[in-house]
Amino acid sequence: MRARPPAALEHDAVPWLLVVALATTGPHAEHLPAWLTLLVAAALLWRTWLWHQQRRMPPRWSLALLVIAAVAAIGWQFGSLFGKDAGVAMLVLFMALKPLEMHSRRDALVVIMLGYFLLLTHYFYSQSIPTGLWLLAACTLLTGALLRLHGGAQPVIAIARQAGLLLLQALPFMLLLYLLFPRVTGPLWGLPQDAHAGLSGLPSQMSPGSISNLTLSGAIAFRSRFAGEIPEQADLYWRGPVFDEYDGVTWRASRQHGRSPAPAPVIEARGPAHDYSSILEAHNQRWLLALDVPTRLPPDSSLAATLEAQSREPLRIRSRFSFSSVLDYRANRMEAPASLQQALTLPPQGNPRTRALASEWQSRPPARIAEAALTMFRQEDFHYTLRPPLLGADAIDEFLFDSRRGFCEHYASAFVFLMRAAGVPARVVAGYQGGELNPVDGYLTVRQSDAHAWAEIWLADEGWLRIDPTAAVAPSRIEQGIVAALPAGEPLPGIIRLDADWMRDLRNRWEAANNTWNQWVLGYNPQRQREVLSRLGWPDPDWRSMTASLAVLCGLALLVVALWTLPGRRRDDPVQRAWQAYCAQLGRRGIIRADWEGPLDFAQRVAREKPELATLTSEAARHYAELRYGEGDGDSDGEPLRRLQQCVQRLPPQRRRKT
Amino acid sequence: MRRRERFQRWLFHLARDEQVPIVLTQRRIFIVPTSGGLLFAVVLAVMLIGAINYNLSLGHALTFLLAGLGLVAMVHTFHNLFGMRLTPGRAEPTFAGDLARFPLAVENPRQQPRRALEFSFKDQPVVTADLSPQGRATIAVPFVTHQRGRLDPGRVTLTTRYPLGLFRAWSYPYPPFSCVVYPKPLRTPLPAASPGAHADHRQGDSGQEDFAGLRPRQISDPTRHIAWKAVARRSDEQALLVKQFAGGAMDELWLDWWLTPGERGDEDRLSILAGWIMAADEQQACYGLRLPGQEIAPAQGDAHRASCLQALALYGEVEARDAR
Repeated sequence: MRARPPAALEHDAVPWLLVVALATTGPHAEHLPAWLTLLVAAALLWRTWLWHQQRRMPPRWSLALLVIAAVAAIGWQFGSLFGKDAGVAMLVLFMALKPLEMHSRRDALVVIMLGYFLLLTHYFYSQSIPTGLWLLAACTLLTGALLRLHGGAQPVIAIARQAGLLLLQALPFMLLLYLLFPRVTGPLWGLPQDAHAGLSGLPSQMSPGSISNLTLSGAIAFRSRFAGEIPEQADLYWRGPVFDEYDGVTWRASRQHGRSPAPAPVIEARGPAHDYSSILEAHNQRWLLALDVPTRLPPDSSLAATLEAQSREPLRIRSRFSFSSVLDYRANRMEAPASLQQALTLPPQGNPRTRALASEWQSRPPARIAEAALTMFRQEDFHYTLRPPLLGADAIDEFLFDSRRGFCEHYASAFVFLMRAAGVPARVVAGYQGGELNPVDGYLTVRQSDAHAWAEIWLADEGWLRIDPTAAVAPSRIEQGIVAALPAGEPLPGIIRLDADWMRDLRNRWEAANNTWNQWVLGYNPQRQREVLSRLGWPDPDWRSMTASLAVLCGLALLVVALWTLPGRRRDDPVQRAWQAYCAQLGRRGIIRADWEGPLDFAQRVAREKPELATLTSEAARHYAELRYGEGDGDSDGEPLRRLQQCVQRLPPQRRRKT
Repeated sequence: MRRRERFQRWLFHLARDEQVPIVLTQRRIFIVPTSGGLLFAVVLAVMLIGAINYNLSLGHALTFLLAGLGLVAMVHTFHNLFGMRLTPGRAEPTFAGDLARFPLAVENPRQQPRRALEFSFKDQPVVTADLSPQGRATIAVPFVTHQRGRLDPGRVTLTTRYPLGLFRAWSYPYPPFSCVVYPKPLRTPLPAASPGAHADHRQGDSGQEDFAGLRPRQISDPTRHIAWKAVARRSDEQALLVKQFAGGAMDELWLDWWLTPGERGDEDRLSILAGWIMAADEQQACYGLRLPGQEIAPAQGDAHRASCLQALALYGEVEARDAR
C-alpha cells in the first residue's frame, strides 16, 4: 500500500489531547515525587500556551535532552528504571512530553494509546468503586478524543454521546470476556521488589507501640460471614502470629519451628464448631487470622505448631478462605519439650523488680500464679490507654511498678514476662479481637483498630490456655470494642468513632457495597470463575471450551451490535405499503407500474390493457391519491386506508398461466 | 502477474459500474485495521499481560472493555460506508494542467449521519465530506489533468476511518466518468484574418462591427448587446433593446493547423490553436477551425468555442463521438 503523508493534526483537536494528558496523569500526582508532578504540570501548561498563541513547538533536540535528564532523575529517585513505581513515573513523563512534539494525527493517536495504558496503571494503587467509575468516565473522554481526531469538529456533547454509545455497545463484550476469558493466576514472572509495598496489617514482631499504631487505622483487615450464629463478642479472638522469643524490647516468633519440624498440633474440641468464611485484605504475610482455634482449614494452608493458620504463600491479593473453628478446646496437652523450653526463656538480665515479684509467686500452682497477676492488674491502679509514657531499658519494671499505663501489647508483654519468670510456660499471641456486624450484608467487619495482643499459658492438664490481661484492666475492650474501652480524648480515627446512627448506617451500606464489589469484581479469580460457571450449569469448564464458547458468544454479540447499528430502513408509511402491495399484485398479473407513473395514470393504463381490473384499480388509485395528496386528514380514522388495503384482497385470484 | 490482476479484479470488482445509482453493498466494502489499530492491539496485549501479572481485576475489565470497543468500532467503520448510494454526474471540460472535477451525488438513506468520508481517484487529491441523516450532497472529486483528450479517471476510492481510526474501510466504486480535457492554451499572436471569404453569404446578417441601430431583444441575443442606457432612458417600455450592428463586411478568421509552426510537435500545435481560439473568442471574432481532415465553419459564441476546443481535445482519437 502506498504510504500517505500523515494527516495533520487539527488545531481545534489539540485541547482534547491536553485534557486526555491531564486526566490520565493527574491522579498519579498522589504517588509521584513532587518534582515530576511539577514538570508534568509545566509541560502541559507550556503546550497549552503554545496552542493558544499558535506558536511552533520546541525543536526535537531540546525535548530529547529534557527526556534524558528526566529519565536520569527518575532512575536516581527510584533506584531503577524498572519496577512498578519507576515504570509509572516514566509513562507519566512521556505522556506529559509527547504533546510537545505532537504534529500529526498519528502523534495524537500515540498520545491516546499511551493514555489508555496509563489508565491501567491507576489500578496499581486503587481498585475501589470510585476508581471503577472513574474508569468509565476516563474511557469516555479518551474515546471522545479519538472520535474528535477522526470525525472532525462537532459539539462536545455530540462527541460525548457518541463515545458513550460506543462504550455502551462495547459493554456486552466486556461482560462476556470478564466472565469467560480463561483466568490465569498471576504473576507470570517475578514481580519487582516494590510490587507489594504499602500493604498493612499485623506486624511480624511486636515492640511497644507496634499494635497501638495499627489501631489508629480504621481500614478493614478482613470480613467474615458465619454460617450459623455469630459467637459472643468476647469470644472473637482472631489468631495471628505467635511470639515466643523476647530480647528485652521486642517479641518475635522463635526460629526453632523453622529448623526442626514440630509435631502437628493436637486439638481436642470441647464445644460446637463454627463454620465461616473470611475475605482477607492483602497484608503480605502468611497468617490467615482464623478464629481461635481452627479445626478445618482451606486448601493450600496449614496449621502451625503454635496453632495459627498459615497459607503457603504470603497473602498479596484480597482472598477468600473458609474455616471451621471451635471456641472451647484443649490444645497440645502433650507439648514438645523444646517448645515448652522456648516458652520459659527470658533474657539473662533486666527487669529485676518483676523477677523478684515472680519469684514470690513461684511456689504456687501455675493457675494460681496467673490468677495473682490478673488480680494485680485488676485491683491496682492500671490504666488502658493508647498514649502510654515512653519506657526505658527495664521496660517491664517501669510499666508494672511506675507508669502503669499501657495498651494491650504492654499488658500481654508484662504478663508473659511475669509468667515465665515464675516458671509458667507462656507466650504472646497477636491478632484481632471483636468485630462489628454490618446489618446490610450480615458480614462481621474486623478493622485494623481491632488489633489486639493477648497471652497464652501452658498448664499440664489443660494445654495452652488463653489469658487476656487487657480484659482484667479494661473489660469493656473485650465486650464492647475499643471505642468503649478508651477514654474520650484518645486519638482514634474518626471512621470507627461514628456516633450518629445515620452515619453508621451510611458507612455500613458503603462497606457492604464495597464487599460485593471486592468479591465479585476484584475477587474474580480462576477459582471464583469455576464456581460461577458451575453455578451457571457448566460443571467442569477447561480453557479450550471456555475460549470456544467465548468466540461464539462474542460473534453473536457482534452480530447483535451490527444489526442494531444497521442503517435503519426507511420506515414506509402504511399507505405507501398498501399501494405497493397492490401494484406488486398487478405486476404478477403482467402489468408493471413504472417508477414515474402516477396512480391515476397507472389506473388508466390498466383500464386499457386489462379492462377486467379497471374498476378495482381505479378505486385503489383513487384511495391512494386521496390519502397521499388529498386535502383531508384522510388517515386519521383509517377508513380510506382500510379500503385501499381491502382492494388488494379483492383482486381476483390469479389464473395459472398456460405453459 | 496476470493471475494477480485477475484476482484483484475479482476481489475489488474493478469493472465499470454501469448501473446507477451505485449502492455500496457488503460485497463492495473492504476493511482492514490501520496502523493505529495495530498499535491499539499491541497496547491491549501489553495491558492484558500487566493485568494478569499484577492481578488487577479492574485492569482486566478495562482491557476487555477496550477490546469490545475495537470490535464495535469495526462494525461502525463498516457501516459508515454500507448502503451509501452514489450517482455520477457529468464533468465539465477543463484545460490540461487544471483540475477536473467529477461530480458524484452521494445519498445517505439511513437515519444516522456518516462522517469523514474521503473520496479520491488513484494518486489524486482527496476530498472529505460528511453526510447528515438521510442527507445528500454532491462531491466534486478532483483529478489533476496532464494531457488533452478524453479523460477516464478510473475508479473512485471511497475511504473512511470513522469513528475511532482503528480500522480503514474502503470501496472502489467505478462510475462511468468521462471528461474532455482541452489542450493547454499557448498564447501566440493571432494569424491575420482573411477578409470576405464568405462575405457574400452573410450580406445583411447582423454583424458586430458597426452600430446600426436598436431593435427589441430576442431571447437568442447575447446579453452584452443589450443597450442598457437606451433601456434606462425608455423605462416605460417593457422590452429590452439590443444594439444592432451592420456586419456585412466582417472579416473571417481561419485558425488553421497549417498556419501553426510545423517544426513544433503535434501537441504544441494543438496548444497554439487552443490559444488562438481563446484569443479570438475574447475579441468576439468570427472564427473557424481547420484541422487535418476536419473543418468547423466560422461562427462565434460559447457553444462554438466549446466545439472547437473539443475538436482539438479529441484530435487523433479515432473513436471520437460515435463510441459514446
